[in-house]
Amino acid sequence: MDTLLSSEGDSQRTQYPYVTGTSVIGIKYKDGILMAADMGGSYGSTIRYKSVERLKQVGKHSLIGASGEISDFQEILKYLDELILHDNMWDDGNSLGPKEVHNYLTRVMYNRRNKFDPLWNSLIIGGVKNGHKYLGSVSMIGVHFEDDHVATGFGNHLARPILREEWREDLTFEEGVKLLEKCMRNLLYRDRSAVNKLQIAKITEEGLTVSQPYSLKTFWNFAAFQNPTVNAEGSWILCLMMFCCTKTCAFVDASFSFIARHGSA
Amino acid sequence: MDHDATADVNAPHSMGTTIIGVTYNGGVILGADSRTSTGLYVANRASDKITQLTDNVYICRSGSAADSQIVSDYVRYFLHQHTIQLGQPATVKVAANLVRLLSYNNKNMLQTGIIVGGWDKYEGGKIYGVPLGGTIVEQPFAIGGSGSSYLYGFFDQAWKDGMTKDEAEQLVVKAVSLAIARDGASGGVVRTVTINSEGVTRNFYPGDQLPLWHDEVEAHNSLLDILNATNPEPMST
Repeated sequence: MDTLLSSEGDSQRTQYPYVTGTSVIGIKYKDGILMAADMGGSYGSTIRYKSVERLKQVGKHSLIGASGEISDFQEILKYLDELILHDNMWDDGNSLGPKEVHNYLTRVMYNRRNKFDPLWNSLIIGGVKNGHKYLGSVSMIGVHFEDDHVATGFGNHLARPILREEWREDLTFEEGVKLLEKCMRNLLYRDRSAVNKLQIAKITEEGLTVSQPYSLKTFWNFAAFQNPTVNAEGSWILCLMMFCCTKTCAFVDASFSFIARHGSA
Repeated sequence: MDHDATADVNAPHSMGTTIIGVTYNGGVILGADSRTSTGLYVANRASDKITQLTDNVYICRSGSAADSQIVSDYVRYFLHQHTIQLGQPATVKVAANLVRLLSYNNKNMLQTGIIVGGWDKYEGGKIYGVPLGGTIVEQPFAIGGSGSSYLYGFFDQAWKDGMTKDEAEQLVVKAVSLAIARDGASGGVVRTVTINSEGVTRNFYPGDQLPLWHDEVEAHNSLLDILNATNPEPMST
């Protein structure tokens, strides 16, 4: 069957990822876009690299965040360099905005998918141009959409439920950062490939800043954690009751975080 | 050779070797074991996995011996031409990016992880890791090969920024030696190459002079020596 799809010495076909980055989350807020990603590069189950920058600037108006195979992301950045270079060479006063960059990447990803040779990434593009905020995502098979909040990988399952409840159009920068941090903390608890060193990037009409790498505090000091078996024969009963679905996990962890902040037994 | 499209993506290929590259205040030190295995047989017990690309840039090779050798041959060839055109020594960054180009563009065929290390007048000592897939990562230190699995914890604890040359050398030798103790695919001698503004120095640490770790015992020529030491023959006049 394989010989029908390929031949010996065939140049490329669907590969598998080696060094991968995990979730990226992006949200629109009052002045622009906020994006967050941790700095981990996993090699299978080993967390091999802990200082990988997965949020990068693209031209004047856009920000890209990537999960998936890091070597393919590095190649995409080279393609984008060339795109922006040629755009600048027109020297016509126009510059590519996030919507255009998103469209370009969608075409690249979809055409590679059609050749059975994908770039193994999920990308998030965000930016502000002429007062319009834009936030979109593209997957490795070319599925693309734009929304007020987007995420890749585990972020879709753990972060977006939180965002669906708590995102608002008029979030301030501080509120936006707190919201992203809430999502990132949840991912840290529940995503095996997450690493506690992250960056948050902000892009507004004025420009882009990527924060310095920093770590989040985590909360473990709950009675239920200290004595898991106190009300149940065997702690697995407690686990089954509380953790039977992902949404519950996210809600439970978010609640624990809330309780830890605001004080309660 | 068919790749199983449902291969477990969470199981990286293990590569028989231990390779290390560390920066110190003034340059870099590359280190490696010397075992080349074909299956369970040790084809070469004294191989040299630290290969020269230019006067000031060396690489550590792991994974398929053939793949890593051919990549290093191509990169040496390109760097040679680049140096002629440039009119001065190539930078470590250029060498590393050439390795990346070959590794990335042939990712479906190659199985080699490479550590690029060297010294140039612009950036000083630099180490770049180019693992499977062709990612390029600049690091203060890099470890690779199957033996490196046993060294993540060790380096997390023992690594410090701004070491002296001797501290860094001792660290590399200790680390390779620890990996050899536990990794069946690593063994033999420890080779190191030190690169700084003054030039390049090669060092050799034979297997029998490495420190002993847990559950390892001192080497002797024969049991007889041990027996004679505990029960010396009475001297006769």
